[in-house]
Amino acid sequence: MRILLDKFSKSFGTTKVIEDLTLEVADGEMLALLGPSGCGKSTTLFAICGIHKVTGGRILFGDRDVTDLPSQARSVGVVFQSYALYPHMTVAENIAFPLQVKKVAPDQIKREVDAIAALVHIENLLGRRPAELSGGQQQRVALARALVRKPDVLLLDEPLANLDAKLRLEMRSEIRRIQLETGITAILVTHDQVEAMSMCDRIAIMNAGEIVQLATPTEMYHNPRTAFVAGFLGNPPIAFLRGTARDGGFALDNSDIRLPLPVGTLSPADGSKLTLGIRPEDFGPLGDIAIPGKVSFVETQGRENLYDVRLADGSVLRSIQPVRGDIAVGNEVAWSASGAKVMVFGENGARI
Amino acid sequence: MATQTQVSANFKSWPVILALAIVSLPLIVMYLYFFIDTITDSAPGSLIPNAITFRHWDFLWQARGNRPSIWPVALNTLVFATTVTIIVLLVSSTAGYVLSRLNVPGRGFFLAGVMVLHAFPSVTLIVAIFLVLQMVGLYNSLYGVILVKAALEMPLGIWLMKGFYDTVPWEIEMAGIADGASRFTVFRRLVLPQVRPALMALGLFAFLSSWSEYILPQVLAPGAKAQVLSVYLASLIADDNNFDLSLFKAVGVFYIIPVLILFLFFQKHLMNIYGGGSKG
Repeated sequence: MRILLDKFSKSFGTTKVIEDLTLEVADGEMLALLGPSGCGKSTTLFAICGIHKVTGGRILFGDRDVTDLPSQARSVGVVFQSYALYPHMTVAENIAFPLQVKKVAPDQIKREVDAIAALVHIENLLGRRPAELSGGQQQRVALARALVRKPDVLLLDEPLANLDAKLRLEMRSEIRRIQLETGITAILVTHDQVEAMSMCDRIAIMNAGEIVQLATPTEMYHNPRTAFVAGFLGNPPIAFLRGTARDGGFALDNSDIRLPLPVGTLSPADGSKLTLGIRPEDFGPLGDIAIPGKVSFVETQGRENLYDVRLADGSVLRSIQPVRGDIAVGNEVAWSASGAKVMVFGENGARI
Repeated sequence: MATQTQVSANFKSWPVILALAIVSLPLIVMYLYFFIDTITDSAPGSLIPNAITFRHWDFLWQARGNRPSIWPVALNTLVFATTVTIIVLLVSSTAGYVLSRLNVPGRGFFLAGVMVLHAFPSVTLIVAIFLVLQMVGLYNSLYGVILVKAALEMPLGIWLMKGFYDTVPWEIEMAGIADGASRFTVFRRLVLPQVRPALMALGLFAFLSSWSEYILPQVLAPGAKAQVLSVYLASLIADDNNFDLSLFKAVGVFYIIPVLILFLFFQKHLMNIYGGGSKG
């Protein structure tokens, strides 16, 4: 079902957390709300869920205005970071709870619980209690409980934060598979860009209560609208160089390094402050804008090595390359950036 | 708790046991004779009993002199303790939840008030309570004492339950709400089961405290109709005309048997009251 937030605002007391936020989630889409802690993403989620009352604006599920409906009347399924399973009930009772509340007939409850348990692969755990399950299994139970009454929207609040690295990888694809199989509209709140990029159709990246950019993961990665977005996506992260526009080029602060601006950049006014963003994969031996520097750190990642290159002004560029043995800390290198991939940001952080 | 882990001994245990045994010997002897004296006769001044008899227990089947039979008194005590327990449990479980979770006006005032009442020495109130009960016509009735005792037990109960509710994660309630349950259903089916150990402990605590309550019934309901066991016991020892120490002891044993039984079965729960409640 389509979800629409229309000029939604939320404040706690006098603190405005979110103001006039408009967001549309298409039917069957999985959308990530991505942002640092305190950016309002969880607040938005709880407003959609109905646990927080909105201060202004409307929330629509399909054509139904649910702004003033209590959570119970909204038909949402929520998976909490802590899973919030009911510790005194078995897995089957946990999953059955939303149906019991709806006064569904017992034999039908049994059928639906079995069906949803099969979907999330926990058929053999139905008799256990939450304390007897591993983190990944608890996560599956929480998903089953959220999905069992076929809600209009599935809300996931940092669902993978409490899992260890390996399980996180597994549950990432599992949650996506379950979402695709049920075709449910889903909203995922996370501060982990990898989760957002790997699981979702689109990402809404939030900062300080506003959506900075709303795009597909690929689009957002290659075409960030601001330096904030560019800095948030990508691992290892993008490196920034600060400088000034001079004679149609870029003069790195506190050094005599001059770089040409990428082709197609509108020439900024002389003297205006600029920031160049260069991703680690766009800086290496094969490029067309040479930037001399000294290797200050080598991080072995197995298949690839990550090199930190310190420039004359003290700023650091990162380069990720297939493992090679000829570079050590302290070596002078003259690697170059791919001109077409360098991003230029103006003084206010917006892309030029 | 089937297999206890063996603690490696840094010191021999028998000297400790011996020391404890010597220190507690007077207590043990006291309790032993407390019981032995009820079923034996011994010559005056002697510690060694010279005859076994059950005549000290005859209060169970016959009323002595002008005293009431023990059974209505025992029933009074049971009704008193049970009713107080039920009232305390009902009020504490709901009021504690309100103070822990709901945004009610005057919440800070009530919290502080409960705290002060809990710390307040209740005996100082007894004259005022006596006057109030007489004015509303509940003097010398079991109802009056029940209300007073329950009211005095409540601050502890409310405070305790609030503490236990505080440990229940908010997410469980949020999940219940999102699952479509009403606030009350969430309370009854999701939250209450989490604090069950606390309810058990509090209930037991209130029952035992009421069972052994003496001052309130003695002052507020001394009449024969509303008499409870503690008052009955006190009247035995106050009776100078037919003073019978063995009868006093037998009634005493009769009085503590239910307490012992409760302790035997529920001591694990009772430990919970100061233990935090996460282990059930």
